[in-house]
Amino acid sequence: MLDKNGIAKRIAMEVKDGMFVNLGIGIPTLVANYIPEGINVVLQSENGILGMGPFPEEGKEDADLINAGKQTITLLKGSSIFDSAMSFGMIRSQKVNLTILGAMEVSENGDIANWKIPGKMVKGMGGAMDLVASAKNIIVAMQQVNKAGQSKLLSKCDLPLTGVRCVKKIVTELGVYEIVAGGGFKLLERAPGISVDEIKNATAGKLIVEGDIKEMSV
Amino acid sequence: MISRVVKNVEEALRDVKDGNTLMVGGFGLCGIPENCIAELVKKGVKNLTCISNNAGVDDFGLGLLLQTKQIKKMISSYVGENDEFERQMLSGELEVELVPQGTLATRCMAAGYGMPVIFTPAGVGTEVAIGKETRKFTFNGEEKEYLMEKAFEADFAIVKAWKGDTAGNLIYNSTARNFNPLMAMAGRITIAEVEELVPAGELDPDHIHTPGIYVHRIFQGEKYEKRIEQRTVRKKQ
Repeated sequence: MLDKNGIAKRIAMEVKDGMFVNLGIGIPTLVANYIPEGINVVLQSENGILGMGPFPEEGKEDADLINAGKQTITLLKGSSIFDSAMSFGMIRSQKVNLTILGAMEVSENGDIANWKIPGKMVKGMGGAMDLVASAKNIIVAMQQVNKAGQSKLLSKCDLPLTGVRCVKKIVTELGVYEIVAGGGFKLLERAPGISVDEIKNATAGKLIVEGDIKEMSV
Repeated sequence: MISRVVKNVEEALRDVKDGNTLMVGGFGLCGIPENCIAELVKKGVKNLTCISNNAGVDDFGLGLLLQTKQIKKMISSYVGENDEFERQMLSGELEVELVPQGTLATRCMAAGYGMPVIFTPAGVGTEVAIGKETRKFTFNGEEKEYLMEKAFEADFAIVKAWKGDTAGNLIYNSTARNFNPLMAMAGRITIAEVEELVPAGELDPDHIHTPGIYVHRIFQGEKYEKRIEQRTVRKKQ
């Protein structure tokens, strides 16, 4: 089974040289730590940055320089700063190549819910609705099973949706899945030590298993 | 040169009344008009509608106006870590319209560009789209459904810039830019507080982010706390 860092590490393998990438809050933020050497990517933060760098050294924090998670950060060479309309302009016009975000639920047709539990928890959608409505390539990082043992890969989302038919790939603590045309979670890889049966038990939506499923190398 | 300078924050906010709609710049606690928010608390104006991406934290930023119950309605994209906001929203004390962040920014932009509506794919098929007009457009070779969203109308836009000149021209610093230039363009009356106010002619016209035509009142803020919401650091190498 993968921990949060393991999920981030596996997703980092999806990041290709030359990509502009938006990382959501939570596990997606950790992906930045695992991007392989020699792969040049530019991280976009939707509050208005291209070329986001690591956290500053202690004493060098700047209140005016934060990421979308409100964390103090630094800028890399070649970075740029812009307003929020332009930031979502480059997202909407698909200049940003890859979006990685968290989810509470994903359905077998690629719907995603991640902003609200009615009556209980309302964080707001932030930029997530804009990102999922426009991005060509969306990878979700999530826990497949909640604390009560229920699957969050469903045939249909119960929670209010963030976007419809938009998720392409999902990486969880148990495996890697692709959403296929016509609906279904196609199992691509198993997490280390996890069997296909365990994955079947943890998937409430339609799971597609074709042939021998290899264990991922992370 | 037309001077946009007002003496202080009291004069800048002199005619803000109960029931007004205010746009308030900033993202989290970054680039928020601290002096104006403090003055609104002091002034005690009530039943405000605030358009702002977040509502600060419990004890800073717009969170201060939530604590004093001066805000009737918030239009935001993210409640985030503000417990009082979440509590007032869930209990129904506070009216909240949650708007996708890009839609929020673009509705400000549209107002500043004189366009009544925008069409965006964000929120199609979700509860954000309920009661709104959608249309299909083929754009960039792809047919997609778009949601019609209206430009915001605000009595006042209250923004914060790094430097400004007496003509009202503004320059923002780093990611404190965020929503500020968009809101500056969108207010019926725009009030800018700046860290440093300089005489007209000192700022390079090529470096201006917001032209003074959009800024009706400008003053230099008395002090800035510039609180950091999430201080994250790495070890010295």
